[in-house]
Amino acid sequence: MNARLTVNGRGYTLVLDPRESLLDVLRERLDLSGTKKGCDQGACGACTVHIDGRRVLSCLTLAARCEGKQVTTIEGIARDGVLHPLQRAMVEHDGLQCGFCTPGQIMAGIALLEEGHATTREEIREWMSGNLCRCGAYNGIVEAIERARDEMRDAAV
Amino acid sequence: MQPFELVTPVGITEAVELGRAVDAVYLAGGTNVVDFLRTGAMRASTLVDIDRLPLRGIDFDGQRLRIGALTRMSELAAEPAVRDRYKFIAESLELSASAQLRNMASIGGNLLQRTRCLYFRERNFKCNKRTPGSGCAARDGENRRHAILGGSEACVATHASDLAVALVAADAEVHLHGPSGEWTSLLETFYLEPESTPEIETRIGRGDLIVAVSVPPVPGGERSVYLKLRERASYEFALVSVAASVDLDGALIREARIALGGVATRPWRARETEARLQGVALDDSGVLREAAASAFVDARPLRDNGFKVELGTRAIVAAVRQAGGGA
Repeated sequence: MNARLTVNGRGYTLVLDPRESLLDVLRERLDLSGTKKGCDQGACGACTVHIDGRRVLSCLTLAARCEGKQVTTIEGIARDGVLHPLQRAMVEHDGLQCGFCTPGQIMAGIALLEEGHATTREEIREWMSGNLCRCGAYNGIVEAIERARDEMRDAAV
Repeated sequence: MQPFELVTPVGITEAVELGRAVDAVYLAGGTNVVDFLRTGAMRASTLVDIDRLPLRGIDFDGQRLRIGALTRMSELAAEPAVRDRYKFIAESLELSASAQLRNMASIGGNLLQRTRCLYFRERNFKCNKRTPGSGCAARDGENRRHAILGGSEACVATHASDLAVALVAADAEVHLHGPSGEWTSLLETFYLEPESTPEIETRIGRGDLIVAVSVPPVPGGERSVYLKLRERASYEFALVSVAASVDLDGALIREARIALGGVATRPWRARETEARLQGVALDDSGVLREAAASAFVDARPLRDNGFKVELGTRAIVAAVRQAGGGA
């Protein structure tokens, strides 16, 4: 079937098999390999992207159903080469070791900041619990989110 | 994944027409269906994409709550009327899955989600629910997570939904459209025990589509509690869960509603416990404990899950105290 997808503001016209997940289409057809395939069953969060501004799992999303929606991946987060405050904070706070879960953590974290569920460390941990990190970089990830939250708040004042 | 056709009906009537076909499955949020089609635990030749049907939204008229079946879990959890008057419903949602899954999964789909029994999921094992007549690998296998109530020789898989437990406690009704018209069922009796046909989990018939859930007022709903006990702090299914509301008359319980998750083959209303709690003082620990224990008189623990009797009893006591405003 024919479908027109919009990813990071750019339009793509594709012939899709209805079985193709958004994750596979991003990685294998559009060369957007920043979004990672961890479990491919909705359990790890590595494939997190935004659809119409809400964080979702691209492994459980059929690509053909994304017609008319705005998809944002990790490749669409930096603006003109300038990192998002959370991307910068992840580097500064060692929010990663191997880095495989990192794009998913950042996409979930950016949504979390917009949802307003980052008021305490406990709240951050609860609302980030859908993103697993097998290296155990959780403390750095939580610190990075706190840092980005404070920086974005100060910038907004 | 087996090939399937993806069709998009424009209205409910057309959806039901397409959905009544053999091997057709409705697709809403997709979190359950896409996963199970991939693992082979489910099959479908046609997926009927209902996501753009006008079944999304929440209406509270001051008395009754009506939830469109395509409302997302995150949307229902954030609804002020739900947080204020049906606290256990909001809590059951926010203690489920992850923020990403809650943004995707629909309320109708949540109620129809399949069990998380690992033997159901893995095609290499016997499972009467997946392949009727093949046997049950859980009865003599790893059954720590399985049911102690409502099981049968054929199946001891637990029902996975937290939301359904809170809704059963709230006397919610489910509204459907089907090939023979519209119908409504109390959610509690919508779910069936497995008996000899565990592949049949609800009263839903071929082509029936959940369009809404409605919830009457819950006395004490503003203090109601969803207590969920699990092996991780978050993002995990329940070992034992309790939805409890308590309506007080001074220091005495006028009416309590108790439903259990994680322990039974369907969302489990603990009616005997509710009856025994009537007129009891909230600080009467002995009577509270006896009432809670009565929920498990008919329990049939398996090799690995006998702990659920004591854990469940204590969880009910704790949830009732909390819902009554005590510690």
